[in-house]
Amino acid sequence: MEYMVETDNITKKYDNFTAVNNVNLKIPRNSVYGILGPNGAGKTTLISMLCTILRPTSGTATVNGYNVVKNAKEVRQSIGIVFQSRALDDILTGREHLEMHASLYGVPSDIREKRIQEILDLIALGEKADEFTKTYSGGMKRRLEIGRGLVHHPKLLILDEPTLGLDPQTRENIWEYITKLNESEDITVLMTTHYMEEADQLCDEVAIINRGQIIKSDSPINLKRELKADTITIQVDKPDEFIEKVKTLDFVSKVFQDDSTIKLMVERGENLIPPLVSFANKNDIVVESIELQHPNLEDVFISYTGTKISEGR
Amino acid sequence: MAEIEGIYTIWLRESKRFIRYRSRILTSVVTPLLWLLIFGTGLGSAVRFGGNLPGGYQAFIYPGIIGQTILFTAIFSGVSVIIDRQYGFLKEILVAPITRPSLVFGKAIGISTAAVIQGIILLFLSFLVGVHMTPIIFIASLLLMIPISVGLAGVGLLIASFTDSMEGFNLIMSFVVLPMFLLSGALFPVTGLPTLLQGAVYLDPLTYGVDALRQIILGYGAIPLSISVTVIVVFAAVLVFLSALAFNMKEQELM
Repeated sequence: MEYMVETDNITKKYDNFTAVNNVNLKIPRNSVYGILGPNGAGKTTLISMLCTILRPTSGTATVNGYNVVKNAKEVRQSIGIVFQSRALDDILTGREHLEMHASLYGVPSDIREKRIQEILDLIALGEKADEFTKTYSGGMKRRLEIGRGLVHHPKLLILDEPTLGLDPQTRENIWEYITKLNESEDITVLMTTHYMEEADQLCDEVAIINRGQIIKSDSPINLKRELKADTITIQVDKPDEFIEKVKTLDFVSKVFQDDSTIKLMVERGENLIPPLVSFANKNDIVVESIELQHPNLEDVFISYTGTKISEGR
Repeated sequence: MAEIEGIYTIWLRESKRFIRYRSRILTSVVTPLLWLLIFGTGLGSAVRFGGNLPGGYQAFIYPGIIGQTILFTAIFSGVSVIIDRQYGFLKEILVAPITRPSLVFGKAIGISTAAVIQGIILLFLSFLVGVHMTPIIFIASLLLMIPISVGLAGVGLLIASFTDSMEGFNLIMSFVVLPMFLLSGALFPVTGLPTLLQGAVYLDPLTYGVDALRQIILGYGAIPLSISVTVIVVFAAVLVFLSALAFNMKEQELM
């Protein structure tokens, strides 16, 4: 069982609309895996099938080695889930939410109290733990929901748009929290998002989904190479010498050579063209042409699908 | 064992909700008192029912008003699943490793607890309408209120599983709750009615609940007690079964 989640052509159709279309995913254990796509791409539908609340039209999936249709109960015991929409009861306290979850998931009563205290320490609710959740801020509610998903020591934590509707600072706190969690606990995290930077920062691997289909999956480093970094394409008279020299510059993160053209991976490339040209001149190298490109996720989306991620469907 | 714990957990949450909404408890006592003290006194003085209502009209409607309180609480608490769904809390419960029948049963007994507590408060207030309360009457009424409220909670849960939003609330009021209340014989004797009305009265499960309560509390009624009790218990079992079935079938749409 190398993979925590494996799907085999999993598909969900509604009448004549296909929400998820023959998706094949392999999610390695103990990784943070992101599903990135615009609204309406099928992310939540896919998640719902993995957590057994929606039955696939065709295809199948296993979670923690259990089939999502035949062994739904074992799958449910293996996962903790944080839904996109809030799933809290206003008139229960944070602690009561955890207690309720612990008993629904059969956490043995002798260790229950200790486990709940651990979670409360982890999500740092402080004194608010014993107040009704209607008094909580958005970030506290999210932390409580994440903490609740962890009470029963799940092997897989599913987060559906964990930072949707949160302010930037709270969002960063949640990111930090998810990273810490993945390091300290024996847990695989599967999250959906339509924020590129979220996928970037958190995930070991990202699958890009659109119109129910996985377009591409790779590590963010590889995706970033294509999506996030600026590319300066440059042609010079002495390429080999230039490459040797240019590698020493600290703003150049990577150098690729493609016949006579050299591609430099940089950030904020628009500021770097003048220094690059004068650097070349100083070393007696003549720049024949220089070009800047800003590839980003939108470009990738447009090139694959003809739509923008922000528009989606 | 896990299922029993699950049922207990759902029950506990339902009971906590009831106790924490103080205004609901207050309303649930004040409303029946208004019926008993104003409607009961008013209609009781205006209309003479002859000698067939021993204890007077107020005493006559007292078991009926207990039935009404249970009816309103149970159905509306059942329907409140719709609110749970809108607030997303239902998902948390539905995705837990607990079977649908356990979930529905936990809900039903939680709602029943709330309804029975209200019934008990009314039993303590029997002196207001001049009804003599003994420990035996008290306990027998209590035992009877349990299946009545479980069955009615089942009605509410069943409606909830077929309804998307609280916009249907008025429909439920007009087509389910009020007809059940008015046809139950809570406010008038069910004997000697026009045939059509008579038929409708006997189709209403609450009729049997009210009549059984009336026999226990006042010592007279229209239907043999054994039949009433049987109807109530069967009704409760069938409704819990049906709503568990509905939750199982509609699970995917409930998310």
